[in-house]
Amino acid sequence: MGHLVTLPILLPMLGAILALLPPCGKNVKIRRIVSQVFALFTLVASLILLNHSASNNIEVYAVGNWSAPFGIVLVSDMLSTLLISLTSFLALCCIFYASAGDDEKGSFFHPLMQFLVMGVNGAFLTGDLFNLFVFFEVLLIASYSLLMHAGDKHKTRAALHYVILNLIGSSIFLIGLGVLYGVLGTLNIADMAVKVSQLTGDDVALAKIGGLLLLIVFGLKAAILPLHLWLPKTYSSALPVIAAMFAIMTKVGVYAMFRVYTIIFGEQAGELAFMAQAWLWPLAILTIAIGALGVLASEDLRKLTANLVIISVGTLVAAISMHSVMATAAALYYVIHSTLMIAALFLLADLISVQRGKVSDRLVEGRPVAQPYILGGGFLIAALAVMGMPPMSGFIGKIWLLKASSEINGTFIFWPVYLIASFVVLIALSRAGSYLFWRHSNNEATKEIAAPLKTNVIIALLLCSPLMVIFSGPISDFTLAAAEQLHDVTNHVNTVLAISNHGAK
Amino acid sequence: MEILYSTCVGILVTCGLFLILRARTFPVVLGLTMMSYAVNLFLFASGRLNSNQAAVLGQSAEYADPLPQALVLTAIVIGFAMTAFVVILSIRGRADLGNDHVDGIIPNKESKRESR
Repeated sequence: MGHLVTLPILLPMLGAILALLPPCGKNVKIRRIVSQVFALFTLVASLILLNHSASNNIEVYAVGNWSAPFGIVLVSDMLSTLLISLTSFLALCCIFYASAGDDEKGSFFHPLMQFLVMGVNGAFLTGDLFNLFVFFEVLLIASYSLLMHAGDKHKTRAALHYVILNLIGSSIFLIGLGVLYGVLGTLNIADMAVKVSQLTGDDVALAKIGGLLLLIVFGLKAAILPLHLWLPKTYSSALPVIAAMFAIMTKVGVYAMFRVYTIIFGEQAGELAFMAQAWLWPLAILTIAIGALGVLASEDLRKLTANLVIISVGTLVAAISMHSVMATAAALYYVIHSTLMIAALFLLADLISVQRGKVSDRLVEGRPVAQPYILGGGFLIAALAVMGMPPMSGFIGKIWLLKASSEINGTFIFWPVYLIASFVVLIALSRAGSYLFWRHSNNEATKEIAAPLKTNVIIALLLCSPLMVIFSGPISDFTLAAAEQLHDVTNHVNTVLAISNHGAK
Repeated sequence: MEILYSTCVGILVTCGLFLILRARTFPVVLGLTMMSYAVNLFLFASGRLNSNQAAVLGQSAEYADPLPQALVLTAIVIGFAMTAFVVILSIRGRADLGNDHVDGIIPNKESKRESR
């Protein structure tokens, strides 16, 4: 496999640079084709890696051939490859969707999108905490500019909050890293896992401070309870196709929590074992509750979808704090489903708001949409999937999570909150659907129908939900194996640091 | 040296935090810059403070930890880029929103007084 691990990072970077250079930079058609081709290449590379990791391999790539604790390593295990495949697929969909016209509303859409993919893929692949910080910054600076794409007043205001908050977050990230490096003397995730268990005396408290500072940062990226206030405004004011791509960005925070609090501060960490879980459990429950309230209070479809993101983050964080293999596997299934469905809902909101004219996607009476069957049917599928109704993928994810929570005595709190939240989502989405599709004013529908490319992308995203049900056997086997691999810290550490099984391959 | 150094970092963080809480973009940008200076100093100190030690092996009897220096360099570069972006963004905010408040609206003190 060798250098293949670097491709999901290098290909988007190359694509971004090519899309900036003169021949592509001038002509929008060539730029689109370059962007689409590179997104396709990235997806193929990710899928090859996914296929390779499916046989329980952990591929370690030492950048510049500096071996593990000294140099930066890229680690591609089942969790990372699953998430980079998801990112690459979502990016491909968003790039095709934007090629129908949204990319011309501002400059540099395609290069920025490719840089965003590079940052997200890099964050998923890296095995080094400082490198994780660097990739966070790459994806953040791309997201700042994407948020301003086709900018107006509301976008500027939302971007100002988002940028300032994330800059403070970056400072806290660096302070946390500084504390951890001062105590442990390393920033390689596998090496830190070894060093944490050997701490004594005051160093334990310092490492705890460092670890919890990181929790603040990851909580900010993932938008869990006290740090979620930026999300609805930011996501609902971004261009919908960009908001759809942002659906993966909260998952980067969740992924970082999975890595750091399962491997470094997991069961082998001695005194610091599971130190974040005590914080995460109540916060996750409250996040689900506040997300459900937000869904009820939303006045337009995009805000509603943004609040659905908060619920999905709360669900995932609850799964992290259960720290069992079953819960992790369920969470991984849920990640795929919720990312794709929320992206589809954002794109649907775009088409609906265009066709309803002045009232946009606000939940009030307005003129009827021009394509009620495609948009209404799409909305129905996405809504059923998001609220977790039987024929769709959300149902499997939900049942699996509820089952996993019953194994760790979390039933009494988690079940009522989660089920009531699902019920609230059901109410809010049916209200939204009836306003958007059934309550018309007397105005005529527009003649303009959406570009076929746009509807095709939405159909492709929505098809994933029934497909995830049909192939739920293989997918759940894969996520279960990925969860087992994530929780097998010893194996991870030994593979990355090349202890004992040196030359075994 | 340690006390002087940590006081420096502490004062920078305090000033930075105070300015960030000012709710006008110009002080907020200054505050973010001060925070990033403080963070860079802090990161540098994580390799322990010592003098007369080269960061290259074989140049002095004891050697300093080179990694935090590399980390600080990276952090400075990223910090610069981010500061440049936030400066441009606040100028644009001033133009688009008509004022330099981070919320885009100046809270109306007059009307509050009247309602009381």
